[in-house]
Amino acid sequence: MRESAGDSRSREHGGSPSSQGGPPDAGPSTISFCGLELAHRVINGSGTFDAIAARKAFGAALETEFPFAAYVSKTITLQPRAGNPPPRLWEAASGLINSIGLPNKGLDGYIAEDLPQLASVTEAAGRAHAGRPVPLITNVMGSTAEELSTLVRACDGRSEIAAVELNVSCPNVKTGLDIGADPRQLEAVVLEARAQTRKPLIVKLTPNTADVAACAQAAQAGGADAVSLINTLRAMALAKRIGGRPPAPWLGGGTGGLSGPAVRAVALAQVAAVAARVSIPVVGMGGVQRAAHARDLIDVGATLVAIGTETFRDPAAGARIALELQG
Amino acid sequence: MSEAPFSRRLLAVTGMDELGSYRVLRVADPDGPEPEPGQFAMLAAAERWGGGEDERPYLPRAFSVARCAGGEAHFLLEDVGPGTRRLCELREGDGLWALGPLGRGFTEPSDGRRAILAGGGVGIAPLAILQDALSDAATVLLGFRDGARAEGAALLRDARVATDDGSAGHHGLLTELLERELQHDSHAVVYACGPAPMLEAVRAMCATRGVPAQLALEAGMACGFGACFGCVVPRRGGGFLRVCIEGPVVDAAEIERVDEHADRPEIGQPA
Repeated sequence: MRESAGDSRSREHGGSPSSQGGPPDAGPSTISFCGLELAHRVINGSGTFDAIAARKAFGAALETEFPFAAYVSKTITLQPRAGNPPPRLWEAASGLINSIGLPNKGLDGYIAEDLPQLASVTEAAGRAHAGRPVPLITNVMGSTAEELSTLVRACDGRSEIAAVELNVSCPNVKTGLDIGADPRQLEAVVLEARAQTRKPLIVKLTPNTADVAACAQAAQAGGADAVSLINTLRAMALAKRIGGRPPAPWLGGGTGGLSGPAVRAVALAQVAAVAARVSIPVVGMGGVQRAAHARDLIDVGATLVAIGTETFRDPAAGARIALELQG
Repeated sequence: MSEAPFSRRLLAVTGMDELGSYRVLRVADPDGPEPEPGQFAMLAAAERWGGGEDERPYLPRAFSVARCAGGEAHFLLEDVGPGTRRLCELREGDGLWALGPLGRGFTEPSDGRRAILAGGGVGIAPLAILQDALSDAATVLLGFRDGARAEGAALLRDARVATDDGSAGHHGLLTELLERELQHDSHAVVYACGPAPMLEAVRAMCATRGVPAQLALEAGMACGFGACFGCVVPRRGGGFLRVCIEGPVVDAAEIERVDEHADRPEIGQPA
């Protein structure tokens, strides 16, 4: 059963190591997060690790050496999306700007094709880690309340899915503002999603807002069990100037999102501001490359830490950081 | 395809050879899986990767394996940006992070077709390991911008060369050599890798003549294993395919065209 908001997390340690919930041979402690018992504090950021592709590239080693205590899917939308036209990447100063555009097979394709494969990988990963499960968290995005309800309800009906994360970095069709950037809109959307499921509900906050703590508070008021942040910072790159004409945007999508070490200090400030304002657990992320960076986020109030861009440099980065954190 | 160990590994550089305008980076990789021709690795210098001009490079760079024998892997480098520049500086004994082998490689000729290897510039690299692996002698056609780059042809055996400036071999385009070959005998399969305009010309020529072609695509990649979705090219019939996990070698019929951006190792910011 889901824990009620706030009681799964100690303020000092940003989490509650507990000796309950895990099998006796699974180590001395687990991390409680929204009623889930996790092997350690490190998970992946949504959209930064495709476990299906990784299974193809690395074979069974992916499962025996699975780096994350829980696995977050990329964003699923109601209809399939091809994603943005290339180019999609730009290496920035100590970071990466991406403009991927959330390619996915749509809800039906996800349920029919991807979910069984993801469940197979996470179940095998759990078996390989002394029977400690690797919960599967599905990230969804809808541009209307109806879309979002359909997505969350579908996730609620699947036993393979342990929790749902809402991507609210989606423009409102009418106002053009990101739903997650406006506390009032955000609270309404989270309320709607909350009504569709009893599974843990995580709201992935956007950093592209005037007051991220107010947004976090709105997510909590709407019934979120946890918030995660930061998503990428809106960013842009220009192509080479040709002749006298002003240069065009480099990325096929026009603008993209900045991640990596370049955003680490911003992430720390935002996680600190949010953790000080809400009583629900916080998943902190942004530029984490080493345990010291993860510890900073935990010190300011994060229960879990997510790894994203560092995984691109080394697929096993999550496991390395989790080990360093425990040591 | 050969599967990669699930972590990057620290390898020791055994040498850096000059080859005209290019460098051949040699590294000891005694425990790495045997790569298939066409597979690639993500490379980054162990020291001073980052903190250069504009605080780059940051991400690893993708390189086809040019050759692999006796526990030593070879990569062909051309300095075209901060990542390739740093790799070109490596010397014997330096550390190199490598993840791989990754991706889908070439498949052998079938139906008794003869192999024609068509490479342009630094893109000749995967054709060298392919030539080593093919059981029958292949026709090798290589195109370069100039004479200094044409020295790279020594990476393969028995190559016929074309240069844009006429300083070595045929004065003109590689595709002119290829056209003559296909006119002579079109019961062939073309294995091609090179700059996007060349690869697109090869694709179009083979499509017109009904000759099967396998194209080794290049793209700026952040990860190399399907995680970032950044290295896509348009798929025939709609959507995109990821060069890293569905390629880098694709059947020419799988794509609509070779994207103009599909030849950049440096992840944005053309040199």
